[in-house]
Amino acid sequence: MDTINTDLFISMPEITMLSMAMFILIIDLFLNKNNRMIIYGLAQMTLFAAAYLVLSLNAFAIDVAYNGMFISDPISDVLKLATLIGASIMLVYTRHYMQLRQMFSGEYYALFLFAIVGMMVMISGYNLITIYVGLELLSLCVYALVALDRDNARATEAAMKYFVLGALASGMLLYGMSMIYGVTGSLDIGTIAERLKDAFEQNPDFIHNPVLILGLVFIVSGLAFKFGAVPFHMWVPDVYQGSPTAITMLIGSIPKFAGFAMALRLLVFGLAYLVGDWQDMLLVMAVMSIAIGNITAIAQTNLKRMLAYSTISHIGFLLLGLMSGSLNGFASSMFYVSAYVLMSLAGFGMILLLSRKGHEAEQLDDLKGLNKRSPWTAFLMLITMFSMAGVPPTVGFYAKFTVLQAALHVGFIWVVVFAVLMAAIGAFYYLRVIKLMYFDEPVDTALIDAPLDMKMILSLNALALLVVGLMPQGLLELCGVAIATSLPHLL
Amino acid sequence: MLTNHILSLSIWVPILAGVIVLALGNDHRVALTRWLAAFGAIAGLLVTVPLYTQFNFAEAGFQFQEAAYWIPAFQIFYHLGADGISVPLILLTSFTTLICIIASWQVITKNIAQYMACFLMMSGLMIGVFSALDSILYYVFWEAMLIPMFLVIGIWGGPNRVYATVKFFLYTLLGSLLMLVAFIYLFHLTGSFNIAKYHNVVLPFNVQLCIFMAFFMAFAVKIPMWPVHTWLPDAHVEAPTAGSIVLAAVMLKLGGYSFLRFAMPIAPDATHYLAGFMIALSLIAILYIALVALVQKDMKKLIAYSSISHMGFVTLGFFLFSQLGLEGAIVQMISHGFISAAMFLCVGVLYDRMHSRQIADYGGVANTMPVFSAFVVLFAMANSGLPGTSGFVGEFMVILAAVKYDFWVAFIAATTLIFGASYTLWMVKRVYYGSVANDKVAALKDLSRREFVLLAVLAAFTIGIGVYPQVITQMTQATSARFLNHMSISKLPAAGI
Repeated sequence: MDTINTDLFISMPEITMLSMAMFILIIDLFLNKNNRMIIYGLAQMTLFAAAYLVLSLNAFAIDVAYNGMFISDPISDVLKLATLIGASIMLVYTRHYMQLRQMFSGEYYALFLFAIVGMMVMISGYNLITIYVGLELLSLCVYALVALDRDNARATEAAMKYFVLGALASGMLLYGMSMIYGVTGSLDIGTIAERLKDAFEQNPDFIHNPVLILGLVFIVSGLAFKFGAVPFHMWVPDVYQGSPTAITMLIGSIPKFAGFAMALRLLVFGLAYLVGDWQDMLLVMAVMSIAIGNITAIAQTNLKRMLAYSTISHIGFLLLGLMSGSLNGFASSMFYVSAYVLMSLAGFGMILLLSRKGHEAEQLDDLKGLNKRSPWTAFLMLITMFSMAGVPPTVGFYAKFTVLQAALHVGFIWVVVFAVLMAAIGAFYYLRVIKLMYFDEPVDTALIDAPLDMKMILSLNALALLVVGLMPQGLLELCGVAIATSLPHLL
Repeated sequence: MLTNHILSLSIWVPILAGVIVLALGNDHRVALTRWLAAFGAIAGLLVTVPLYTQFNFAEAGFQFQEAAYWIPAFQIFYHLGADGISVPLILLTSFTTLICIIASWQVITKNIAQYMACFLMMSGLMIGVFSALDSILYYVFWEAMLIPMFLVIGIWGGPNRVYATVKFFLYTLLGSLLMLVAFIYLFHLTGSFNIAKYHNVVLPFNVQLCIFMAFFMAFAVKIPMWPVHTWLPDAHVEAPTAGSIVLAAVMLKLGGYSFLRFAMPIAPDATHYLAGFMIALSLIAILYIALVALVQKDMKKLIAYSSISHMGFVTLGFFLFSQLGLEGAIVQMISHGFISAAMFLCVGVLYDRMHSRQIADYGGVANTMPVFSAFVVLFAMANSGLPGTSGFVGEFMVILAAVKYDFWVAFIAATTLIFGASYTLWMVKRVYYGSVANDKVAALKDLSRREFVLLAVLAAFTIGIGVYPQVITQMTQATSARFLNHMSISKLPAAGI
């Protein structure tokens, strides 16, 4: 009885979210169309309650629940909190957009919350099956959300593409997991790590076991697909462009927290002994993602598509930190992912802000002359773009800086040189956005019409990029401490 | 209490003034915006004055130091300090900012608040570059400074401004990212971002070579040295007058200053090894670029090439490793700050009236603008190195030092006295002398009181430094002696280790 109580206690944030999502789904049936704001309020309250629970229940301690299926450690606390805050910001940004497009419905909020539960399970999963179930919960909700605007042919196409390729990736991941299970005889990440350690100590050649390596290859491929790293990136631009912007934002921002956690759990917690193998794989993907992402983005005329390629290059940097295989590297990746989410929320938030009924501000030309239409909005976008380009004094600079110093510490100096050259190429397309906003005459002269709360949160969001850039110590320390306390066995 | 924070004040007063201008000013309150900006620039100039009055001339190391933890996770400090090389440049920066604000008084009519704020913030950021003693702090200022300049050229520039400003940004960014890698590498070795520590770290020769090249990429672009100079003529031609002034008077000096602060003292053995190469590049800049300047049809482009040629003397002076050459180079930096600002201002004066910078559109301006032409001739003489003006002192010191180094180096450098005079005076002849070329020139009005004051102040400095250059050399003497002493000690690891 006691253990069950503790288990419930540890997973309380997830349980709360899940119950509320179902409650919202039911209550939506009894509400008429004009009272949907209640649903919105409930969803926001749910996110806050879950965030409160994450903070209050044994925060920053390591607890394991459900016979080792589920873990709550500092990494998961920080990432869950960040996910929930990001989700709450996202709800503020998307409300108006969804209202104007007849998508302001109970399903949106229920699916949204289910997707968040999926991310939280991925973050806390400590068993191959738990992680997989979390991933599927997230993916299925997102597939449905992409097609939420069901009369939109492009969105439907994007959903189909995303579903088919996503299912393939899930299959690969699962296949890899089954091989790992075959070699180690366990699905539990802790046990896998122990058995690999024992086997390695008896026979150092064990890590060259072909089934083990093949399993790793499939797992890394599955991860890469979910991240959108080259060469598994083909779906990213199409899905980003085809989805309603509100859903693009959901795909392109906070799930990266969950993806980062999943990579950490599988590769570092579970397969740390194979570091020599996954380091090479991640290195190749990181270098290719940085190169292809930055170079291809130059050719884009669609802002969402450009941000998709920009995401690919950011994922490359994220993998560069993970690839380092040191605590310093993991902490830098965690900092990078936090900075990235903050930037992408601001970037997509800006597209939502400029969109209006019957008009999606998704072409680069829609930004022309923004400084004349609204200097403040243009300034916020300026910060966001410079941050994405990694120009100080914005947070994007420190994100790149930490990752590069981690990679250099383990001796990859030429990779670092390559990455900075690519970053300079990448700066070009961010500069082009600024050029359009500041140097060109406006084409679209409509007034920017958005609710006050959205404008305020968006302003805070973009200013945070500058403020955290000037004072990065807090976030750096948080990531460093979370990694160091969750991974003591690597110290 | 505030006297301990002179450098912080020098950085943050103009930046804060910029924020205030941005918040309160707009195109409907033109007068308020302009006066706020002027007060900000004056305040920014006044807070830097104690750097001169309280400067200890005997002290070779860093003065006015401030240090506080900034990012403990990476041992990054908010560490400021100034020595005999940076103080004159800081003073030049705050002075130039005031000149820029006044020079743009009536010229800029759209987005005035943003324009003025850009210049004020740029001033603070550039002073930050000159005074940072922590390499990441330096890097942040160095990069952040690009943002306002990018906007200044892009928003208020000429017809081809987008090309010019993007080229300017990307050139500089590419160079400085390699510098960032060098910083991270040095952090990896020393566990610190402190510049003073970098000066004393022992490095094998090939590492020194790589680090020197990384820094070279960043600073050679900024100075700019041949063959990475091509962004400068474009940027100058498209930039508004005040943008050109800041670019020529201060931004080019950032590259020169940074050679002295980073590339040379961190990698002294590589510096000695590559000195011949650097001297060759400097001579190419001095000679070849002067010839390029000779054939320019656009006045601004001509002055831009002349800047590159003059900056060749700065790098030449650095790599001769003598007290005379080094001090000459520093005097040349300051002097070029005043002269190039004045030259660009003169072109601006004409451009505001005629909206053309083509030499062919002018002729006989001296007939309609006598006072202005007198100033122009003075600055033209200074630019071609007439004794008595500041342009002579620096070049002469460097040439003297070069004679001791190698006669032929001095010989090639000295040709500038001919070519510099040729392109400058030929331009003066075509634009100002002769009979009135067309009706537009005939209708020109002479200087307004504002323009007169600006040019008079610059003329006073040009002649002042020319007659009494000790005002600069007494500041730089102790520091440059220490610098040369540092450069003479090898930093290679001892044999057998």
